[in-house]
Amino acid sequence: MTTGTSDDVHEIRWHGRGGQGAVTAAKILADAAFHSGFAGVTSQPSFGAERRGAPITASSRLAHEPIRVLSQVTEPDIVVVLDDSLVEVAHTAAGMKPGGTLIVNTTKDAAQLVAAGGIGGAVRVVTSDVTGAAEAVGLIVGGQPMVSTAILGAFARATGLITMDAVEAAIGHVFTGTAGAKNVEAARIAFECTTAGGAHQ
Amino acid sequence: MSAPESACAAALATASMEVMTGNDAAATAAKLARVQVIAAYPITPQSPVVEQLSAWVESGELPAEFVTVESEHSALTVCIAASTVGARTFTATSANGLAYMTEQVWWAAGARLPIVMCIANRAMAAPWNVLNDQQDSMSVRDAGWVQLYCRDNQEILDTTLQAYRIAERLHVPVMVCYDGFLLSHTMMPVSVPDAAVIDAWLPKYDHPLTVVDPADPRNIGPVVIADPRADASGEGHGGYMEIRAQLHGALLEVLDVIPKVDSEYGAAVGRQWGGLLWEHMLDDAEVVLVAAGSLGTQLTVAAEKLREEGVKAGVLGIRAYRPFPVAALRGKLAGRKLALVYDKALAYGYEGPICSDLRGCLLGTPDAPAVFGAVCGLGGRDVPVDQLAGAARRALADAEAGLRVRETDWINLHLEG
Repeated sequence: MTTGTSDDVHEIRWHGRGGQGAVTAAKILADAAFHSGFAGVTSQPSFGAERRGAPITASSRLAHEPIRVLSQVTEPDIVVVLDDSLVEVAHTAAGMKPGGTLIVNTTKDAAQLVAAGGIGGAVRVVTSDVTGAAEAVGLIVGGQPMVSTAILGAFARATGLITMDAVEAAIGHVFTGTAGAKNVEAARIAFECTTAGGAHQ
Repeated sequence: MSAPESACAAALATASMEVMTGNDAAATAAKLARVQVIAAYPITPQSPVVEQLSAWVESGELPAEFVTVESEHSALTVCIAASTVGARTFTATSANGLAYMTEQVWWAAGARLPIVMCIANRAMAAPWNVLNDQQDSMSVRDAGWVQLYCRDNQEILDTTLQAYRIAERLHVPVMVCYDGFLLSHTMMPVSVPDAAVIDAWLPKYDHPLTVVDPADPRNIGPVVIADPRADASGEGHGGYMEIRAQLHGALLEVLDVIPKVDSEYGAAVGRQWGGLLWEHMLDDAEVVLVAAGSLGTQLTVAAEKLREEGVKAGVLGIRAYRPFPVAALRGKLAGRKLALVYDKALAYGYEGPICSDLRGCLLGTPDAPAVFGAVCGLGGRDVPVDQLAGAARRALADAEAGLRVRETDWINLHLEG
């Protein structure tokens, strides 16, 4: 049986700013992961008092058995950061398991991010201009690029845990019609524009 | 749940599954039950249940009356009125909302109305807190409702459907309780039964106790005096105490009905949940970890950790808290060394409510274990597996030192600030 803390569970922590869609992204990931073959998936918000612009987190777990731990993820295998201004100030790499993957929505490259500080230990840094992908297809709401779907393309590329077919289907469960098509396109662009910086020691 | 027998069965099982929150599971169950009247007032973390239902009513997907109200008191009052004339009704609330409707909580039970209400369990103010514990529903445990606690989102969906069958069979209201945020806002895979299967399993409610007929006007809910007396037509009727004894009798009958309905549901849908109680590695367990709700799920992991250390631990989950499954609990716990009850609520000035109830029901029975209490998770405080296991280690050490009575242990408490 899965313990939620053993090696066969992928524990994921999301960092974003209120209104940016981290919780929506986590939900779509759970759906996409389930349809990529993970029988046990959970995604949960951080249960705080959310305000637009404030740093927020969410947690996801993916396994092949039902998930039985509902605590927030504190020792993630994978961290996803929707806003690169949070990398250091939100302690996004805190508690990461050695060899973990840090996926950042940024126009910088991995070396620049590492040089900027806040990323220690043996963490693989993966970068993707997810905001650029959202802007390229016109995913702008209230003046803000919506990155909650495009980030799933980066996640699929960086981790190999979920398929793009499943990502596209999961996006379709949330957004339909023209909006659905735009979100899928943004995820595809982000998938192509994701670059692994290799292990950082 | 039995494991699928083949890849084909697994693929078929996956096809009917959706990844959804506990709130969506509750709303989906209400829709499958074809509820006719919904009345609710928004409160975190319950709100998404009735937001989803109102969207389905608006789109025509759920042909029901959605009554918007100015308070939880009115929400339950609308359900009471609708249920009195024979409608299948649904509402949901949390914490202070439940407290605000408390007067009508008692009315619904005393009037024997088969209302189903979901409770997304949340801490009671003050101080203000929207996060999870079980103080809200525990505070109305004595009002005459059935209370069922769920450990995951699938159980929320299945239990809400079962709740209608239990409620309508014995004319008692049922609360389906699930942990706020931990389940209400957490996405997990849920198998949604086919609507036709549920239609056959849960037919229209057609046998209300009170038949409202303009040709035969009645006075509904009159004042009842202490002693039995005859009505205007000479027919004898019980006084308050007889009516209350009948409610109590019906709740005790529910102890038989819950496992029956669970097994009937299993036959129709293919899943069942243990009836009154559920267990994990209990067979040879000496140390039994007891809890209601998702805390029980997390305790299964703690029990496995304890097993790795050589402690024979198991979990006994409370699914039905009211009526309290006295005989079943005695049967499961006789001969064990220790029962440690993890309560996410407190009877202030005493101890955790499940702990008190369990100790009382085991008192004087042969081979009763020591019963110790631990309080945890109040106001959303995390209940990490390591700390749950740590509390079990402390309790075991106390039991092995010969203690039979002990103060409540507080888990993950930091009074020093």
